[in-house]
Amino acid sequence: MTILAKYTQLRESYHKMAAIGRDPFSVQFDGILSPTEGMLNGRRTILLGTNNYLGLTFDQSCIDKGVEALVEQGTGTTGSRIANGSYTGHGDLEKALADFYGRQHCMVFTTGYQANLGIISTLVGKDDILVIDGDSHASIYDAAKMTTGQVVRFRHNDPDDLYKRLRRLSDHPGNKLVVVEGIYSMLGDTAPLKEFAQVKRESGAFLLVDEAHSMGVLGETGRGLAEEVGVEADVDFIVGTFSKSLGAVGGFCVSDLPDFDILRVACRPYMFTASLPPSVIATSLQALKRLREEPGLRLRLNSNSRRLYEGLRNLGFQVGPVANPIVAVALPTKELAIAFWNGLLEAGLYLNLALPPATPNSLALLRTSVSAAHTPQQIDTAIELFAQVGRRLGVLPSMVQAAE
Amino acid sequence: MTADLNEIVEEIISALGSTLPTPVTITTDTNITRDLGLDSLAVMDFVMVLEDKFDVSIPLERIAEVETIGDLARTIQDLRGRA
Repeated sequence: MTILAKYTQLRESYHKMAAIGRDPFSVQFDGILSPTEGMLNGRRTILLGTNNYLGLTFDQSCIDKGVEALVEQGTGTTGSRIANGSYTGHGDLEKALADFYGRQHCMVFTTGYQANLGIISTLVGKDDILVIDGDSHASIYDAAKMTTGQVVRFRHNDPDDLYKRLRRLSDHPGNKLVVVEGIYSMLGDTAPLKEFAQVKRESGAFLLVDEAHSMGVLGETGRGLAEEVGVEADVDFIVGTFSKSLGAVGGFCVSDLPDFDILRVACRPYMFTASLPPSVIATSLQALKRLREEPGLRLRLNSNSRRLYEGLRNLGFQVGPVANPIVAVALPTKELAIAFWNGLLEAGLYLNLALPPATPNSLALLRTSVSAAHTPQQIDTAIELFAQVGRRLGVLPSMVQAAE
Repeated sequence: MTADLNEIVEEIISALGSTLPTPVTITTDTNITRDLGLDSLAVMDFVMVLEDKFDVSIPLERIAEVETIGDLARTIQDLRGRA
């Protein structure tokens, strides 16, 4: 019995899936041509699954800032901030994010995953209670595993259910931290944040919102869902990432809580990992500037999102509840979803295959994410390819049947 | 005390009955993941149903220690006793 024997079942289902066509979990691009196009198996492929919401990965000003930092400060910091010190850029980016959100404090993390993992698991101590949405991202579940406090789940996007669960805990003397997401990454649905904020006020809990997929997407100035629904004052902590709208990698948390900075010497996923390289800090800082200065990016993104969402819905596909940049098509079976994904890839369209247990309600999903950089023609091509493959696989009625 | 535990077991079994796709004979010794084929997410969702049924908060870390229906009933009994 080898140490990997426990993964026998996982290996079998993985091989079964990969045998249907290409392996969806190890796609390798030959080259990336732009925020919306790559080379895959020798053909030009539309990228519709990259979370590159504002399309800033090839922005010239971001590249210039990154190159400048690379040349002047080198390839990496080679250590953690508490042991090896910070560079000016780390502090500048924290100041810029705090300013963007109108908050006192900001901590930058090496990835968005670590931001959730670190902040949540450190805020919730052994006498506290972490209260999470049932459909939370893996980083939140992993934080739940890491915390020494109790963990309670509530039904996805259900404020009454949250209220009920907090009421049951009302005699518990510990602090309660409620964690929700601005936009959920699988179906693109938003949290009923106004209602959650009210429950939070009534119960005296703390509220953390993960705006990873909503930063640069929602809100009048792109701060996310809390800004969009006008409840920023009720949100104690906002977590976000540089790997989506800002086109790089990294994470952050902003807050107005006094003494927030004590977390810098308490939060292990912040303390015991190397800090972000200067070039990544520089491109993220410039991308944030672009996000703030160009609301047009967000308008283009949202118009593209609606175009794709409505196009797919009108074809008869089952899509999520709202037209956000994440547009997910649910298919009746896992096998059909895998075949569909392969069909689209062969036709020159790349998106994400999302399967249980990573999906809510055990759904098999084709998950797309739209970018401001997509042209309306690219969106229309994507819709047309969905229609073709959908008819071929019998997910949509064929043209002949439809005409009858 | 025992009567109370039996009652909890009965309630769990009736709640599980409506969750499982095929009817299975469930006893206190039934292993929740192995015998019922529930994955970790299904177990967590089922726990939410039980929380409402018994009006009690069952923290996730307590679920990690649970293997059988009997374990689950004892956990709920313990949590109720504290409330």
